Amino acid sequence: MIELEMQKVTLGYDHHPVLEDITLKVSPGEMVGLIGPNGSGKSTIIKALSRVISPESGRILVDRRKITDIPRRELACMVGVVPQLPLLPSTFTAFEIVLMGRNPHLGLFQSESKRDWAIAWQAMEKTGTDELANRRVNELSGGEIQCLLIARVLVQETQAILLDEPTANLDIGRQVETLDLIKKLCTQKNLSVLAAIHDLNLAVQYCDRLLLINERRIHAEGTPREVITDKNIKEVYGAENCVYTHPVNGLPTVLLGAHRNNTIGTQSWR
Amino acid sequence: MSSSPLSIKPPGGTYLSGRRTRIYSLLGLSAVLIVVIALATSIGSVHIPLLTTFRILVAKLPLLDISQTWQSAIGTIILEIRLPRVILAGLVGAALATAGATYQGLFRNPLADPYLIGVAQGASLGAVTGFLLPVTWNIAGFGLIPLLAFAGALLSTATVYLLARVGKTLPVTTLILSGVALSALLGSIVSYLIISSGDKMHGIIFWLMGSFSLSQWSEIKIVLPYVAVGTAVIIIFARLLNVMQLDEEQAQQLGVNVERQKIILLVAATLITAASVSFVGTIGFVGIIIPHAVRLIWGADHRFLLPLAVLTGAIFMILTDLVARTVLAPTEIPIGVITAICGAPFFLYLLRRRKKAIF
Repeated sequence: MIELEMQKVTLGYDHHPVLEDITLKVSPGEMVGLIGPNGSGKSTIIKALSRVISPESGRILVDRRKITDIPRRELACMVGVVPQLPLLPSTFTAFEIVLMGRNPHLGLFQSESKRDWAIAWQAMEKTGTDELANRRVNELSGGEIQCLLIARVLVQETQAILLDEPTANLDIGRQVETLDLIKKLCTQKNLSVLAAIHDLNLAVQYCDRLLLINERRIHAEGTPREVITDKNIKEVYGAENCVYTHPVNGLPTVLLGAHRNNTIGTQSWR
Repeated sequence: MSSSPLSIKPPGGTYLSGRRTRIYSLLGLSAVLIVVIALATSIGSVHIPLLTTFRILVAKLPLLDISQTWQSAIGTIILEIRLPRVILAGLVGAALATAGATYQGLFRNPLADPYLIGVAQGASLGAVTGFLLPVTWNIAGFGLIPLLAFAGALLSTATVYLLARVGKTLPVTTLILSGVALSALLGSIVSYLIISSGDKMHGIIFWLMGSFSLSQWSEIKIVLPYVAVGTAVIIIFARLLNVMQLDEEQAQQLGVNVERQKIILLVAATLITAASVSFVGTIGFVGIIIPHAVRLIWGADHRFLLPLAVLTGAIFMILTDLVARTVLAPTEIPIGVITAICGAPFFLYLLRRRKKAIF
């Protein structure tokens, strides 16, 4: 079980700060949602927690160890990432891409064993991508690639998973299937999951805790009920009076254009 | 879903049979290489039957006792004149194809070739300087021209590397652009030196287009260690090179130390290229096209791509050198001319036949 932690972290590109003084923690068995407007720094947090970028100040801890003290291969056995729809090399097949998730578990002179193939194949079955196995990835749709990347992170067998917009290109059926799967793994295997999610309603449904990011800081944090309020949504997104209570599960739900002079879109684009 | 992980069949025979096909292809190409070596050794101005050639070659192997039935002059032609030439051609072909595949993979760019970051122009400038200097020199087979070519190749690549470095990282695009710019600079100096070289012009141009006509065992002794070690290092890292075909970010998140890996692969590929071109000139085409042809036929997995490129590059270079020295015999055609004339039509055929994504 692995705990992810940021202590007073400032992140930026070329000394231009994107996020300042961020403190957060993701514990095993917990699914935390990162929400916030475009450009608020959700992906930046994911990059920092996978050591693609280094913080300008503050400390990042993975399993209570400083992230910079962990060799990259070991880190990749602890923390897996589903990136935001990347370009994949067109000449590889879907199965080969998924199998690359085994890379951190293999020594320099090792090659994938039958066991590694079986792990990859199982992950593809779980994510419904098994039928794509022999297709080249340039023939696949955005949604299919997203499912493949979920399969790849399962193959990586990490205790912590970071997801950057894992459902952005999926139809609603696949959105629910994917998040159900991640949620199930999170609770069953005590994984620490941090997911950047644009769709507030999905975030509310699936996350135990939400972090609302705006203007380089954490604007609000807590349970979905505490974070998704008329006040927070108006302050961050500029949309007024759009939070309702879900008629079945009682969770907050964001509905646009229902009534009460909705003014989304008036906030200037940063 | 209910069975244990080990009993689950990996997907489709396609992946497995693809691996099997490529393993058989490796074995098949190794056999072809041996035949091509013997064939190329037997053909030349003095006709020597293929069988005799085989006997002479095999007699050199340890543990085999074959009685000598041929004239010793024939043995000398085979072992001291033709064989070193064939072996050097094979080595250089293998090296250029491997380096090309490595650069293409490292830069994720289908236009990359072994000369992209300054090796060729650096080697050319070194060699041309060697031609123009009024001295000659020979230390253990390392003549002045190869020595200066080798030094030039390494110096120019090192310069490109230092220019491209940004802090602790080496952005690939900056590296390519620095390479192209420095190559242009060195290239224009080379052009000026050629124009003002007077009666040495023919020799210089012949060197630039490449030739194996001066091959000797002493050269092989120098080139072989570079090519063997460099190629081995690259092949060891083939799986990581596959992961690096994703972007650098994903490669890092899958446990690859991308910056370190880039430097290891760059150094290895540059050394094998520099060692090769120093002795035989800047032979073009092989380094860019052989990797693509291999990729078209056998796929993009570097664990197969690289060894298959070694064999294909060697076979291709031996055959083109055979054409270069026999077609207009006793005149030799520069091999750089032949590589493209023979290779381009075949490559275009492959390209037309297979219309799916090739890179």
